[in-house]
Amino acid sequence: MNVLNPHLKFQSQSVAKPYFVFALMLFVGQIIFGLIMGLQYVVGDFLFPLIPFNVARMVHTNLLIVWLLFGFMGAAYYLIPEEADRELHSPKLALILFWVFAAAGVLTILGYLLVPYAGLAAMTGNELLPTMGREFLEQPTITKVGIVVVALGFLYNIGMTMLKGRKTAISMVMMTGLIGLAVFFLFSFYNPENLARDKYYWWWVVHLWVEGVWELIMGSMLAFVLIKITGVDREVIEKWLYVIIAMALITGIIGTGHHFFWIGAPGVWLWLGSIFSALEPLPFFAMVLFAFNMVNRRRRQHPNRAAALWAMGTTVTAFLGAGVWGFLHTLAPVNYYTHGSQLTAAHGHLAFYGAYAMIVMTMISYAMPRLRALGEAPDARAQTIEVWGFWLMTISMLLITLFLTAAGVVQVWLQRIPEDGAALSFMLTMDQLRVFFWLRLFAGVGFAIGLVCYLVSFMQRGRVPAAVEAPAAVA
Amino acid sequence: MSETFTKGMARNIYFGGGVFFFLVFLALTYHTETTFAARTNEAEMTEAVTRGKLVWEQNNCIGCHTLLGEGAYFAPELGNVFHRRGGEEAFKPFLHAWMKAQPLGVPGRRSMPQFNLSEQEVDDLAAFLSWTAKIDTNDWPPNKEG
Repeated sequence: MNVLNPHLKFQSQSVAKPYFVFALMLFVGQIIFGLIMGLQYVVGDFLFPLIPFNVARMVHTNLLIVWLLFGFMGAAYYLIPEEADRELHSPKLALILFWVFAAAGVLTILGYLLVPYAGLAAMTGNELLPTMGREFLEQPTITKVGIVVVALGFLYNIGMTMLKGRKTAISMVMMTGLIGLAVFFLFSFYNPENLARDKYYWWWVVHLWVEGVWELIMGSMLAFVLIKITGVDREVIEKWLYVIIAMALITGIIGTGHHFFWIGAPGVWLWLGSIFSALEPLPFFAMVLFAFNMVNRRRRQHPNRAAALWAMGTTVTAFLGAGVWGFLHTLAPVNYYTHGSQLTAAHGHLAFYGAYAMIVMTMISYAMPRLRALGEAPDARAQTIEVWGFWLMTISMLLITLFLTAAGVVQVWLQRIPEDGAALSFMLTMDQLRVFFWLRLFAGVGFAIGLVCYLVSFMQRGRVPAAVEAPAAVA
Repeated sequence: MSETFTKGMARNIYFGGGVFFFLVFLALTYHTETTFAARTNEAEMTEAVTRGKLVWEQNNCIGCHTLLGEGAYFAPELGNVFHRRGGEEAFKPFLHAWMKAQPLGVPGRRSMPQFNLSEQEVDDLAAFLSWTAKIDTNDWPPNKEG
């Protein structure tokens, strides 16, 4: 960081780099554990009892959440100074928080892998303030406290940057999204003894994150990258951004109700959850229109074609995964049969990949060449490999989704629709679905190959262009 | 978008809409809170049920099973396991026998770890699962297979 990087508007933006690099490392871990679970779905005792399924799943989902958080933070550290038109308030704090968060994350994952979960709960004093053992919120309470501390420091840092600088719609929206993220995470500390109440507020973290405030973060990241790569007027882009996130909140907040159908909450949610969540695809559809419109109206041909591909790809895949696959089973009379089936897993995979994994990769794709002082874009070869990574990962994830959807439909047919006595048990149903789970595993391998391509292109950008030209001249 | 629809108008819809619907959500939450006591038989939520919930959580049961349809989709739904496995008379002995028998050790079969729970913990877990099975879930799941 001693040498001035001419491709950054503000040198402090460079703190984003370790966040992006570490995010991708965790992403690799997530996929490895995804493959382990994919195999456990067909070879039930694979790695048992070394890594039981519940441990692999906890690692898989927690790594996903944490790498996305690293991605969002990296994006904010890159984007907020540029939007605020000033250096980051404290680059040093950003680097300290990076190491704190990384260490806490690694220790937590090691805890999952090396200690039986009940032992981890005892070690970390879970009984004092029980928050563990709920889906996605499995982290020991002390880790949750660490997350809050990191989030507060992070919000302070980018908040101060924004307050002292220019306030744009993009930075305001990102800031509200990130504050919302931190505020709703506090509900992870609320674990009522009544299971129905516990589940009700658990969704305040989970749903209000992914179908609420995270959409604000996604929207602002998308708007930022689109301004940069299309050169379209900021006024136009920011107007779109507001319309999209307005739709996201108007549909998504009451849309939380689609999780309240069968957990003990009253019947009013059957109607409200169905109606509002049926409208939840709208903001995602608007994002598709937004990205393609802006790219079509572009005033310049940006050399980073890979970043443009990610930006368009994330909107389409998010629309398919969150919008279409969400709508498929969101109406209460349908959800009565599909709730908690393989269809849920199908939707979860495409939605998370499309909306959040891909938006982070959009940002990394755009920002990383600049962070590495290579210029606006990596060399053509690296871009070609990156585009291969894009298509391999995206098509593989679509296939995973299709196979899980087929599995879910058959599951509903065998296990849910027949009457008592005629319905197949869960375990026998799973035996009938083996072929789909094998196909899903193969698609998972395809995804891993795509990820390798992506990482190869990511490493290539590390080369300074001059060094690339030298061997070519010899040849 | 047309010029008559300005960025300021879009921003107002975002802030206004967001705040309005969040307030509606809070009102609905208030309504929901008033129904929990009856819908979940809160009077029958004994200390054993509360302890059983902690056993459920501290062994990460949700990492394989679903409970009222939420969790992992690797192992059977347990919200109604009380009804599926014996009900009032037979469920508790069933759960004791089941927990002791793990892992079943059938090659290739999905395997449940041995959690080494005490008799008391299994009793509490049974209490928690029996109470859970009686929550008014708007008639979910469709049949006893869950």
